[in-house]
Amino acid sequence: MDGILEGFSQALKLIVTFDPDLYEIIAMSLRVTLTAVIVASLIGLPLGAWLAVNRFRHRRLTIAVLNALMGLPPVVVGLFVYLLLSRAGPLGVLGLLFTPTAMIIAQVIIITPLIASIAHQAIRDLWAEYHDLLISMNASRAQRIRTLLWDGRRALLTAMLAGFGRAIGEVGAIMIVGGSIEHSTRVLTTAIALETSKGNLEFALGLGFVLIALAVAVNLTIHTLSGTERASTW
Amino acid sequence: MGKARAWEGQEDARPLLPLELHGAEARVRGKRLLGPVDLTIGRTGTTIVMGPNGSGKTTLLRLMHGLQRLSAGTIRWNIPRAQARERQAYVFQAPIMMRRSVVDSIAYPLILRGMNRRQARARAADWADRVGLGAALHRPAQVLSGGEKQKLALARALILQPEILFLDEPCANLDGRAMREIEAILLDARAGGTRIVMATHDMGQARRLASEIIFLYAGRIHETAEAGAFFARPATAEAAAFINGEIVE
Ligand SMILES: Nc1ncnc2c1ncn2[C@@H]1O[C@H](COP(=O)(O)OP(=O)(O)OP(=O)(O)O)[C@@H](O)[C@H]1O
Ligand SMILES: [Mg+2]
Repeated sequence: MDGILEGFSQALKLIVTFDPDLYEIIAMSLRVTLTAVIVASLIGLPLGAWLAVNRFRHRRLTIAVLNALMGLPPVVVGLFVYLLLSRAGPLGVLGLLFTPTAMIIAQVIIITPLIASIAHQAIRDLWAEYHDLLISMNASRAQRIRTLLWDGRRALLTAMLAGFGRAIGEVGAIMIVGGSIEHSTRVLTTAIALETSKGNLEFALGLGFVLIALAVAVNLTIHTLSGTERASTW
Repeated sequence: MGKARAWEGQEDARPLLPLELHGAEARVRGKRLLGPVDLTIGRTGTTIVMGPNGSGKTTLLRLMHGLQRLSAGTIRWNIPRAQARERQAYVFQAPIMMRRSVVDSIAYPLILRGMNRRQARARAADWADRVGLGAALHRPAQVLSGGEKQKLALARALILQPEILFLDEPCANLDGRAMREIEAILLDARAGGTRIVMATHDMGQARRLASEIIFLYAGRIHETAEAGAFFARPATAEAAAFINGEIVE
């Protein structure tokens, strides 16, 4: 019990004294995750909207595949990206393995289906609601999509936050492709795993606090957003 | 650019009406909801569509507006079909509220037609005033009361000054005073050249507004008559019973 309390106070001290190692890791985590969220959103949001308003062959299959991809085990994604980027792999010449870019690639693959799927559901529901109105007003295809994206912006933001939440807490894939190299590719989750195994508990705890705080903040925001959505304001 | 000016109604000089339906039918998965219907909506007058619940009023209006797929027969406007839609407007039985403020909701059709936002908002604010939503401009449309939503839907439809306006029970949730206000607005619109085709259950409203009644019964036009004649001497037993407020099965 004393050990844990000791750990807590040490962790808080690291945080309030702006321990450079701690903050370096936090910064790397945010850099990798935020970049991945932006890239995944640029792919996933339009894809989700497009799937919601267009009828085409194999649409159901595409959506089923998308939903299945959400359940991809991150470790397997990590392995896949590792094979792609390793020296002998097809993209080996780029020399990206064990760099932040490699971690971003893995995270984009992991969260794009999630973001696309949430966006698809939200836009599909909104389209069902607006369909008659937009058809009646003779809105062009581009105008329809623009209207749905704009009026569905809260749900789309929720999709992005969900992607952020998944990516920031992910450990398996980025451990494989990033390697958790000190001062280079070490992020919150991989550092916690490493410091714990080294017995460096207070440092691990400090990182853990930050991770929990981030996760709580993201979930509170999602909750607030979807709450106002349900209350029919926007 | 041509499209930007469409709301001024300068696109095709020919009038939109008359509208003619011949043997028009609406089916869903083989089941006939409506028809066959033969009907002409002429250039003048106010047409009121009446009939019991489920008789096909909504289906008929949607069919004319092109929201319900035509399964058989023909529907012909006086101008090519592709240009007809943007000269019509429709007020739905269950108002569809966008996730926008009242003023932005009313301005929306103008913005679709390419009007700039500031001008569109100014016009929308005028219309909000006219339907009694002047104090609610910046409220989210979705939190309006049922009656306020219907007023918003009416303003949003009339702001384009359509040549024909379809209304599906637009006064269902309105109190007596609001109903009179809406009727005054409809009369105004009619004076300004908007042809009105409206479904209603309100016998008083039908008497006040109609020049022509379409009485639907079990998915067929049971009776079409000049309004005065319809109320004085309904031709069918079902219409007579309906007018007297008896239960028509
Ligand atoms: N998509 C659909 N699929 C199956 N049946 C339908 C569909 N749309 C309408 N119907 C049926 O067609 C009939 C006519 O419906 P419609 O909505 O036109 O009636 P209405 O006269 O407008 O009734 P109300 O006064 O209740 O509004 C009803 O029996 C309805 O259940
Ligand atoms: Mg109806």
